[in-house]
Amino acid sequence: MYFKKGVEDGLPIGLGYFAVSFSFGIAGSKLLSSVLVTLISMTNLTSAGQFAGLQIMSEATGTLIEMAIATFFINLRYSLMAVSLSQKVSSSFSTWKRCLLGTGITDEIYAVAMSQKSPVTPLYFLGLMTLPYLGWTSGTLVGAICGEILPGFLTDALGVALYGMFIAIVVPQMKSHKPTAIAVFIAITLSLLFNYAPYLKEISVGFSIILCAVIASLLAAFLFPIQEKSS
Amino acid sequence: MSLELYFKYLFVMAFVTYLLRVVPFVLLKRQIENVFWKSFLAYIPYTVLAAMTIPGIFKATEFLPASISALCFATLFSLKGHGLVLVALVACLSVIGVNGLMLIF
Repeated sequence: MYFKKGVEDGLPIGLGYFAVSFSFGIAGSKLLSSVLVTLISMTNLTSAGQFAGLQIMSEATGTLIEMAIATFFINLRYSLMAVSLSQKVSSSFSTWKRCLLGTGITDEIYAVAMSQKSPVTPLYFLGLMTLPYLGWTSGTLVGAICGEILPGFLTDALGVALYGMFIAIVVPQMKSHKPTAIAVFIAITLSLLFNYAPYLKEISVGFSIILCAVIASLLAAFLFPIQEKSS
Repeated sequence: MSLELYFKYLFVMAFVTYLLRVVPFVLLKRQIENVFWKSFLAYIPYTVLAAMTIPGIFKATEFLPASISALCFATLFSLKGHGLVLVALVACLSVIGVNGLMLIF
């Protein structure tokens, strides 16, 4: 369990992150300069959370409270992963190392770390998060620069790339796990109401995302609790 | 948006995300056993992405039919089991295709 092994295991994640954050960079370039967009990726390392954050920033009526609550609910799953990861790490994972390396807890890095047979050492985890972090930040920068220099018809097309990836994450899970499909349909129905129905459409984008996700997930957890490890 | 406001937003986002990751990592030594809350957290990523995609994708291009075609093609290719990058690429190409058709007719 050395640094080098971690870097190798992190390579496919890093490549995937480059592609996803490229489209985040494109989306961000419509609102911010490329350096400011990249700074978000450097300090957050979270796809859905950053994208919702960007939507809140782009709204004239967005508030800091809204940003805090949206970020909290969207990224709450990292707390669950952190709890479960804390069972898996070696005893050399001291408190200050956890404070530093905890920043690398993402869906994919967590999944690879948990799939290891032996306890996860700090050096392995550092290696594992290195390429994903570099891929995520460099992809954002390249995407944001492309968003600034590419012609309009291309950035218009690239603007749907991120949504394409979201669909590619959600649809396979809906196909293999019916309760997820129902939860997603509830979220979509609520989301349409919050955007187009009278009165409800006054609710801001950030709170709309929070309410849709929390209500749909609470309903799904109540109706279809997930018993065993079906990810 | 002013630079000052940007940095306030950035700080709130980064700080909340950091605390969510690190506080349980440092403090908690037990697994969450409660099935309800485990299930809730398992559903959250998918419901969040769904709520962001619909209706966000409709506003992502200048021309609504282009967005709808991107949604349809991305869903179709995901159902067929294709990966992230190909699905995203197909969505982009369908937007170029629809916009191109509009130029012709």
